[in-house]
Amino acid sequence: MPEPIVRFFHTSMQFPGVLANDDVSLDIYPGEVFALVGENGAGKSTLMNILYGLNKPTGGTVTVKGQPIRSFSPSEAIRRGIGMVHQHFMLVPSFTVAQNIVLGDEPRRGIFYDKARANQIVEELVAEFGLKVNAHDRVQDISVGLQQRVEILKTLRRGADILILDEPTAVLTPQETDELFEVIRRIVSEKSMTVIIITHKLYEVMAISDRVGVMRQGKLVGVCNTKDVNERILSSMMVGKDVLLDALERIDDHDSTIAIQVEDLHVSDNRGLPAVRGISLQVERGEVLGIAGIEGNGQSELIEAITGLRRRDSGRVLIQGTDTAGMNPGQIRALGLAHVPEDRLSTGVSAQADITDNLVVGKESRKPFSSLGLHLHKKAMKAYAREVFERYDIRAAGIDTAVGSLSGGNMQKVVVAREFSFDTPVLIISQPTRGVDIGAMDFIHQQIMAKRNASCAILLVSADLDELYRLSDRLVTIYEGRLTGEFRPDKIGKQEISHYMTGGGREEERHAQ
Amino acid sequence: MDLSSIFNVGTLLNTFNTATIVILAGLGCLMSEQAGMMCIGIDGMMTAGAFAAAVGSWYSGSWLVGVLCAVLVGLLFGCFYGVMVVRYHSDEFIIGVAFNIFAVALTTFILRTVFLQSGSFHPATGEIKTLPYLSLGALGGTNINISLMVPVSWVLIALLQIFLYRTPYGIWLHASGEHPDSLRSVGRSPEKMKYLGSVLCGLFCGLSGAYLSLGYLSTFTENMSAERGYVAVACVIFGRSNPVLVFLAALLFGFIDAAGMRMQGLVDPTLTAAFPYVGTILMMVFLALRNQRKLKAKAGHS
Repeated sequence: MPEPIVRFFHTSMQFPGVLANDDVSLDIYPGEVFALVGENGAGKSTLMNILYGLNKPTGGTVTVKGQPIRSFSPSEAIRRGIGMVHQHFMLVPSFTVAQNIVLGDEPRRGIFYDKARANQIVEELVAEFGLKVNAHDRVQDISVGLQQRVEILKTLRRGADILILDEPTAVLTPQETDELFEVIRRIVSEKSMTVIIITHKLYEVMAISDRVGVMRQGKLVGVCNTKDVNERILSSMMVGKDVLLDALERIDDHDSTIAIQVEDLHVSDNRGLPAVRGISLQVERGEVLGIAGIEGNGQSELIEAITGLRRRDSGRVLIQGTDTAGMNPGQIRALGLAHVPEDRLSTGVSAQADITDNLVVGKESRKPFSSLGLHLHKKAMKAYAREVFERYDIRAAGIDTAVGSLSGGNMQKVVVAREFSFDTPVLIISQPTRGVDIGAMDFIHQQIMAKRNASCAILLVSADLDELYRLSDRLVTIYEGRLTGEFRPDKIGKQEISHYMTGGGREEERHAQ
Repeated sequence: MDLSSIFNVGTLLNTFNTATIVILAGLGCLMSEQAGMMCIGIDGMMTAGAFAAAVGSWYSGSWLVGVLCAVLVGLLFGCFYGVMVVRYHSDEFIIGVAFNIFAVALTTFILRTVFLQSGSFHPATGEIKTLPYLSLGALGGTNINISLMVPVSWVLIALLQIFLYRTPYGIWLHASGEHPDSLRSVGRSPEKMKYLGSVLCGLFCGLSGAYLSLGYLSTFTENMSAERGYVAVACVIFGRSNPVLVFLAALLFGFIDAAGMRMQGLVDPTLTAAFPYVGTILMMVFLALRNQRKLKAKAGHS
């Protein structure tokens, strides 16, 4: 076995109140693709932030190429050949690709920035690594996939031979993911780089990595050769119990009454530009209709228009057969609709309020929580909250805890618990498990399926294709505010559907005309 | 109405004289704006600078010392602003408003208690040395005399334009405002750049103040910035923090101001005094419409 290129030795990271990394010892070898997996909050990013010098460990050591790191800072990490592509890109949107790639270490002529040389550097990098980008484009004008390339080139320019990728595929389409993996394979085989990839998508681990390390609650619980394990083994290591991949039970005796009907809906976005351009759809009771699409193709505006949060330009929305034209969100809800919004922190919860208030809100003027809508019965609220708290397995110190201090998964459980306990026949659910760990995700999926089996009509929007496949009875694809296809999830593969999510289907229609 | 009484060489001269106040303050404001900090407090920095310049010049008998005093006071304000905003994450707006109130009150207070004067600074002994004037001959029967600070401000515009767009430091300054983490992740400190932005903001506002009391007028008067700092902020927004564009916006403002003064004989002077501010509002409306059009064009394009 060669010398490890990176060695974590009993590394610990203690944040106030949280032990994010607990005595982690891990060796990473040159020329390998190492995947680091774990649930949200398992400590993967913290560990990699230590390597990149963004966190200073509170215990243990980190050794790079045989030299222990003493001063933890990004510039030190860069000096030692470590590059990191963060989940949120570190690019200045108004700068050009070239400016971003050379940022912080610009080529100079005298005291001046040497633009020609910068462009030349980019062209050399493109030629050397085969990552095609245009040096003159502004970063704000190029796709997310290209922006990621710029990030990778930025680290390569600085001579990185250890590349850390933090959740690199979270924002990519399946095609872009394939392209990224091509790039990773090429830089590893041709440039003998070492790549560490943080992810929670297990099929990606299987597709790209040589070895995989699993983290759980700050501890490294295992390191395996990828070829010796499968997704099921990894997922059980991640959560400590077998949760992934179990099919959900479906009971099909729905009465096929149409509960949500959208007719030729047109909606504008915040800037007044058309976001939804003529969408019609129907959801029957006892079915889940999934909307698949790359984010920003009108899903958010569609959901807001249906729930009355956004003005409709034209078209009709019928909930339980009643036209909702001119109704406010409260009136629409009263027709029997509950809504799990996409952004739990800004619209799903009141972060400062405690769990009790967040669970009761919406029901507070009803019995038994108040009399005459004036006086709140705290005792009844608490009893109710305690019951829901247990039933939805919300993990927190107690029902008095401020919701803002909960983890993403538990916060989402609060939202789901509140909305689902309205017992409405219509549910509009957006991104129910974004940034939520697998345990909570599985729990929420089960709750959604239970609602479906209890004859609710469910409209589900998600950026996660796995989630849509697992829950949906029917899938529609959305692209630039229009529906581009309708499918049965068991009849279409993920690659094919992503073709429709990027407008491919429509292109063909155009050619056919 | 005779148009030549409004649009003549004198008006042009006044345009440049008035614009220079806004140009210098605008340069300060845009440095802070580039680093991602809205500095509403430039008005206060100008007032403090103007006072320091007048007192410094009177005390030492040298306009240069006056200017240096103004710059020093500006730097002090800039440093304080930087520390409060960058280190202690204070609200930029509140600090700025505090500056504006504080500077007017402090200068008035010192003027009344130390110099026992109110309204304006007219020392009994000695004199306030003003900035040198450059004589550029006569044009159309008007003698062209401009304060030294006017051409200096133009040189500063050119220097800042080069600094911002042609040097790595300018690039970092902008990056520290638009996306500080991008700078941090390449091992450069966005905080340092933000400090640089706030300190330079103070420096240019000090210069603007010095020009106010030693060039535009020849003494300090209470609240002498007359809210031109806010006009400078508007010019910076209008000119998208680009020195040359801010310069053009300031000239437009200067012209409105100068034309307004010329029209005082024709219209009620209280009305003409409102011209620059009405002009500023119109500029902002224009800006909003322009942005809207741009968005529409983008939508049509896609």
